[in-house]
Amino acid sequence: MDRRPTVTVHFDGVEHEAFVGESVLECARRLGIPIPSLCFLEGISVWGGCRVCVVEVAEDHRLRPACATTCVADMEIKTETPRLRAYRKSVLELLFAEGNHVCAVCVSNGACELQDMAVQTGMDHVRYDPQSPKRQIDASHPKYVFDPNRCILCTRCVRVCDEIEGAHVWDISYRGESAHLITEMNKPWGESMSCTWCGKCVAVCPTGALSYQGRAVGEMEHDPAMIKRLALARNRHEWLYPEEAK
Amino acid sequence: MSDTTTRRAAETSGRQQGDHPSGDNRFELVDKQLKRGRYSQDQLIETLHVAQDVFGNLSEDILVYVARALRLPPSMVYGVATFYELFTFDPPGDHSCTVCTGTACFVKGADDIVQGVSEAYDVPAGETAADGSLTLKTARCLGSCGLAPVVVFDGEVLSHQNTESTLELVAAAVGGGS
Repeated sequence: MDRRPTVTVHFDGVEHEAFVGESVLECARRLGIPIPSLCFLEGISVWGGCRVCVVEVAEDHRLRPACATTCVADMEIKTETPRLRAYRKSVLELLFAEGNHVCAVCVSNGACELQDMAVQTGMDHVRYDPQSPKRQIDASHPKYVFDPNRCILCTRCVRVCDEIEGAHVWDISYRGESAHLITEMNKPWGESMSCTWCGKCVAVCPTGALSYQGRAVGEMEHDPAMIKRLALARNRHEWLYPEEAK
Repeated sequence: MSDTTTRRAAETSGRQQGDHPSGDNRFELVDKQLKRGRYSQDQLIETLHVAQDVFGNLSEDILVYVARALRLPPSMVYGVATFYELFTFDPPGDHSCTVCTGTACFVKGADDIVQGVSEAYDVPAGETAADGSLTLKTARCLGSCGLAPVVVFDGEVLSHQNTESTLELVAAAVGGGS
């Protein structure tokens, strides 16, 4: 039994108990309240960069990222309002306009978190001009391929490589519209000496940006839940990986 | 024998100033900054500043050197260095011309200055001319909007510039211009 101290919070008017120090997103996930998210991944640190998981907190005009907001006593949280729906949709549209996301030719078509999120938020067209950036694919690694055209800079790979694998091969270079992922000193991935070929970055990628070599359209499936098992299951003594951990 | 032990041995044996193990004595100045910061990882930006002052630009060798000294992952050092506009990676030209393109300077015609210099010396904004004589840069507001348009030539801040005055200035230092 969990003996952690709790506080009372309200999700869409319904009273719930949240653990002290728990984030709004973690609490909602535990209670089965759906909040969409992209960059969040259980088991690694919080980034708060995708802004898909925004929620309204009573009396505060600003929207808050649920993953980076801690539950405090008597918090009134709204997870589903017209304003939030519109905002999440815009975020998705901007992500699609920023890169070259063409589902029809993507290895992750049908198993893509970005695609799922677009469907979930009802994003059926993009109102912004596509930036159509010219980005080079890095297929120098013997096992994996990196396609920056499909990258949404969620930094899951950066965090998982640093925090779980401990190699810190990945990082983000430059900024704004020029921001992109790099391996080591902006060298081809295949030449990286620190990469251990563990494939955790590929497992956590929410889009088709990181994939195995030789996969055709729609053949790539990622396994982000692997990180939850790696990071948390051992301390929880969950050796048999129950269904919910998958 | 490891790198550190060799270095310590050299230091205790009264090593002369000016023979850095890398063969480039300018690294001594970077080392001095590293020591002053006690090799703390949060000294990365300060160290990169010193390294750029010493070398003029940050080459890959320098970034690797700083990364190893501070025990930081290379990708993180590269990420930090590229994030800041102030760090440059290509060797600078003999002279540098920075045109402010902040709001006030833009309204007063900074774009014309950039275009004028760019065309006269065949150097795209943000790059160095092929012969290495001139680096043309643009800056996002120098904070002296009352002096708009501002041009910084070889470190000297010049106020109320226009295309002609800037071209004269560049011609005086660099010569030529077509």
